[in-house]
Amino acid sequence: MRVALFITCVNDTLFPGTGKAVVTLLRRLGVDVDFPEAQTCCGQMHLNTGYRDEGVRLARRFVDVFAGYDAVVVPSGSCGAMVREHYPRLAEEGGFAAAVAETVPKVYDLSEFLIDVLGVTDVGAHFPHKVTYHPTCHSLRGLHLGDRPARLLQEVKGLELVPLPAAEQCCGFGGTFAVKNPDISAAMCGDKVRNILDTGAEVLCAADNSCLMHIGGTLSRQKAGVRVMHLAEILASTEPEHGESR
Amino acid sequence: MTSTFLGMPGTVSMMGYSGKEGFPDNAAKAVRNSQLRFNLRKATGTIRERRASVVAELPDWQGLRQAGKAIKDHTLRDLDAYLVQLEEAVTEAGGHVHWARDAAEANRIVTGLVKATGETQVVKVKSMATQEIGLNEALHDAGITAYETDLAELIVQLGDDWPSHILVPAIHRNRSEIREIFVRHMAEWGRPAPETLTDDPAALAEAARLHLRERFLSTKVAISGANFMIAETGTLVVLESEGNGRMCLTLPETLISVVGIEKLLPTWRDLEVFLQLLPRSSTGERMNPYTSMWTGATEGQEFHLVLLDNGRTDVLADKVGRQALRCIRCSACLNVCPVYERAGGHAYGSVYPGPIGAILTPQLRGMGTELDRSLPFASSLCGACYEVCPVAIDIPTVLVELRARARHGVAERAGMAAAGWVFKRSGRLARAQRMGGRMRRLVPKRLPGPLGGWTDTRDVPAIPKESFRDWWTRTDGGNR
Ligand code: SF4
Repeated sequence: MRVALFITCVNDTLFPGTGKAVVTLLRRLGVDVDFPEAQTCCGQMHLNTGYRDEGVRLARRFVDVFAGYDAVVVPSGSCGAMVREHYPRLAEEGGFAAAVAETVPKVYDLSEFLIDVLGVTDVGAHFPHKVTYHPTCHSLRGLHLGDRPARLLQEVKGLELVPLPAAEQCCGFGGTFAVKNPDISAAMCGDKVRNILDTGAEVLCAADNSCLMHIGGTLSRQKAGVRVMHLAEILASTEPEHGESR
Repeated sequence: MTSTFLGMPGTVSMMGYSGKEGFPDNAAKAVRNSQLRFNLRKATGTIRERRASVVAELPDWQGLRQAGKAIKDHTLRDLDAYLVQLEEAVTEAGGHVHWARDAAEANRIVTGLVKATGETQVVKVKSMATQEIGLNEALHDAGITAYETDLAELIVQLGDDWPSHILVPAIHRNRSEIREIFVRHMAEWGRPAPETLTDDPAALAEAARLHLRERFLSTKVAISGANFMIAETGTLVVLESEGNGRMCLTLPETLISVVGIEKLLPTWRDLEVFLQLLPRSSTGERMNPYTSMWTGATEGQEFHLVLLDNGRTDVLADKVGRQALRCIRCSACLNVCPVYERAGGHAYGSVYPGPIGAILTPQLRGMGTELDRSLPFASSLCGACYEVCPVAIDIPTVLVELRARARHGVAERAGMAAAGWVFKRSGRLARAQRMGGRMRRLVPKRLPGPLGGWTDTRDVPAIPKESFRDWWTRTDGGNR
């Protein structure tokens, strides 16, 4: 099986630790993962901000770069949802529907790849901390990941998973929404942070670093003492712990 | 790509907004009003939970939802033919049908019809379409007083206020505010509130009942909208919870209904689907309390149907945007929307607030003002609206399409073009990342310009020394 990692531009540039964690984790499970270096960005930021043509160009680029792989693993709910939900529509117009129909069904969120393709929930991780999980909107309502991330976390040795109240509520990131509507975005994040603190968790986990950057930036500004970690980083952690913190 | 906004846009009441300030500014003011936030959170939270529980008990909800979507799509595809069928059926049953291209024409028709009766007072059933066209104001200018009879609309009218929710127009008010409004203003409009009025909900309802009852018995003309129109029979359907609508629909001698052309259903049987979808989605009830249906007019009574376009045929011509015409105004999308919950309905500057407003208003009204241009951006694209919508309107996708048609600022265009250039070649991305890595210590704690919105409440992430792709190359994928 030829497996490619689509790191996403945000992870590539700002959160390389997540990418390294995916590589470590997949190797540990016996998967040889490839990183096609021609990849850049899925086009989500452009499309969602109203720069459709650029979004279409980047979508075409994505399907070119990842053609021929048996699976493409994406450690980001919103980029995964961009590919799966929006590419078919964009491709119809851009005239690359066949390429999209070929490649898009092979694109998996990390947790889908682990559970649905590899068939594992216990990935041999060790992380002795109290963790709460925020199911980001695109993981939840875009990719329909359901309880996959929770099932993976529950199998992690030493990890105590505590439920997050009003978990399905948006954190208020929304890409450029956070900058265009800063007051509403901050109000939404304020409520999210209050719910996180109520759990008493040491670590907030999610499957999307964009939302974690937003929530984590607020937590750190408030000196709340809760750190944020991508799901991949927790799943890559083994004894002795080497989970990267941000 | 589209001709939607080149056509003649409809006129949708601005509800007192100039349109010069965008949604973000309106919302910023609202979010600082803690009383408003408390009222909204409480009210939307309650309806949200009620809806979730009655939807969860139906095993075939998704099937119903798809049926609702399919019936609406089918109707919209053949709207012209069904409208003619409706006109024939209504006329056959003794009603009169009028066609209104836009708000001005609809207002002119209704005003003329009321004047022809010689009356100067009308009672109104809660209706979005008449608010959309600003009918009350038009009637007022013609010397006719329109009395709202829906409890929440009454609160809004007495308070000289604007509605902020489709279903619960006074959702921004709590009961002590309502008591205050009744005591101060009921006398100006008719029977005054009792002097001893408390803010007990039952007492408030009783005061409203006494105030309204007089009105129903003395007024000869009523104006309504409709939730559905049935093409095969010419029947109109109104769903309401109070019974006040039924009073208006049955007592007066003349009934004038102003209805958007998209409210059509082909057959009586189609109601089966919508009478399940609507109450569960809107009030969280299994069955609607008062469902009034009428076909034409009976002896001694007169019925006029004003079919309103007001921008709808332009929306219909738009491949992606037309799904907004499936909307049955249940307001479920408002109640789940985290942006609506914090910004309130007024910030949207339209009778259609919340997620549906963010896609409907710019389509009906065009994107000529700062406010209307900003509406498609009034969403974090969290998708909660799409998930609950009983006719499966993919609101996030329509928002994204509308964003592509909005005019963007110079700085943003430059930034996006630069990002696009960088993403075109992976080598450019690698060089940009290295440059960022070298300047990582220079990133200020507070970002300048529009990006300051980020650092007002959030720290910026530290830029790593080495990007993932450089790490991959340097270590041969972690093997070295
Ligand atoms: S868009 Fe859907 S959820 Fe919102 S009011 Fe219309 S029918 Fe209801």
